[in-house]
Amino acid sequence: MTLTDTVRRHETPEGIRLELRLAGPVVRACAWSIDMLIRAILYGLVSGVFAFFGGVGTSVMLIMFFLIEWFYPVVFELYNGASPGKKSMGLVVIQDNGTPVTFSSSLIRNLLRAADFLPFLYATGLLSMLINNNFQRLGDLAAGTLVVYREADLERIKLANAESLRPPVDLSVDEQRELIRFAERCPQLSQERQIELATSLYPVTGKRGPAAVKEILGYAAWLTRGSR
Amino acid sequence: MKQEQFEQRYQPLWQRLDQQLDQLETFRLRRSSDELPADLPQLYRQLCNHYALSRARRYSPQLVGFLHRLVLRGHQQLYTRRGAWLWRLLTFIASDFPASLRLNIGYVWVALALFLLPALLVGGYCMIDDTFIHSLMSDAEISNMEEMYRPDNARPGRTLERSADSDFVMFGFYIYNNIGIGFRTFAMGILAGVGTVFTLFYNGIVIGGVAGYLTGLGYTDTFWSFVCGHSALELTAIVISGAAGLMIGRGVISPGRYSRLDAIKLQAGKAVPLVMGAGLMLLGAAFIEAFWSASSLPNTVKYVAAIILWIMMILYFMFAGRGADGAR
Repeated sequence: MTLTDTVRRHETPEGIRLELRLAGPVVRACAWSIDMLIRAILYGLVSGVFAFFGGVGTSVMLIMFFLIEWFYPVVFELYNGASPGKKSMGLVVIQDNGTPVTFSSSLIRNLLRAADFLPFLYATGLLSMLINNNFQRLGDLAAGTLVVYREADLERIKLANAESLRPPVDLSVDEQRELIRFAERCPQLSQERQIELATSLYPVTGKRGPAAVKEILGYAAWLTRGSR
Repeated sequence: MKQEQFEQRYQPLWQRLDQQLDQLETFRLRRSSDELPADLPQLYRQLCNHYALSRARRYSPQLVGFLHRLVLRGHQQLYTRRGAWLWRLLTFIASDFPASLRLNIGYVWVALALFLLPALLVGGYCMIDDTFIHSLMSDAEISNMEEMYRPDNARPGRTLERSADSDFVMFGFYIYNNIGIGFRTFAMGILAGVGTVFTLFYNGIVIGGVAGYLTGLGYTDTFWSFVCGHSALELTAIVISGAAGLMIGRGVISPGRYSRLDAIKLQAGKAVPLVMGAGLMLLGAAFIEAFWSASSLPNTVKYVAAIILWIMMILYFMFAGRGADGAR
């Protein structure tokens, strides 16, 4: 499971296991391309604007180039955890213990881009990501950081207000969970699919069609609410 | 307890925590107060308890997912460091940087040797044999360099094309170029230290070669008076970034009692103060090089200032931050 799964678990001091979903090379390459585009636009803007200010302008331009080259990702990672490219791909940089990336780690992982880039287009970084269990490039390894998917805001779905029904058989906890999961997913499923799924429990419910759906929603209501 | 009762009972607590986290997650400057709410840790621990319960009781994936997300956010806010970065920068310069340099002085000596020995050897040889420089650099580079430091050049340190550029342009150029070199010297350390060793060695050969060759030609007044001012900060900073690179390389090659991965992380963390310090030093060096070294002050003034700068820098590294928090 751990070999093929990209979920990493970190146990916190409270004894809770955090689940972190790692981002792979492809999505990170996309994020990098977006960042590259933004940087190209920034370079263009900076050189366009400061070209008109003579010596001091050129100086400011060179300093800006320096800052964009080395500190563009650092600034954004400290500001909201990810550069704009990563953010648009739904990624975020965190420490391997699940906390937000620190200044020191952000500096390490971004300075080491120079090594990851070698000999061309992040070949070293890609190699490191493919060998490594956690998709870390060299900079991530040295900084102890992970690039993971940002957890999307979940919409809490209220279960449909079905009449509560006691299931006719004893259910294991996993079976109970499946019934509740079905009730939660119901609004996303088409009528036909709901019926199809619910009817597959015919041996238990003894019902077919819309009545089966109603029956199962009733079980789920009983499981979450009790007999009220 | 049924899921719905559970949710109803603790919903207010979760909402309260959610609001507190929202507040903490907004950017520091836009936040109304910088204080961590007093009951946040307690609420968070209760939430952890609820999350564990909801998993153990096999509540619905929806609820478990919701609680997990809240736990993750709480974890991130509770276990982060916040605030006072200006103060941290000042204490870094005043004590942390020199203290961590003294702590890792061994790497600095090795980096210094890797840089200085080839510089002295090649420099000495170039002084005696003025053809040897041709095996190090191309003819165009050599004539460029001669032009920069010819005694009749009104703006030493710049080629004729660049002599019209203002000091400001050169300031920007030195920042872009020199700090970049410092950072790269550090970064290449992850390649088992080989990249750093090569960079130090290469810089030693070129800088030594140029200095030796120009001294041999007799361009001493223009060359040495130009480079002496910023030499203290610039050369030392290159050596220090090299030392930082070697530290990472050490983690890769010889992890000691740690796993290789842990050793690399540990060494990189220790090397960060050195890189940041070197970056700041190169910033200072760029300033001196652009505005002081290129100025038309008498050479004696420049030499005296350079000597004072070297002495101050050495004293700074020897004594600054000693005794603070038991640092040596």
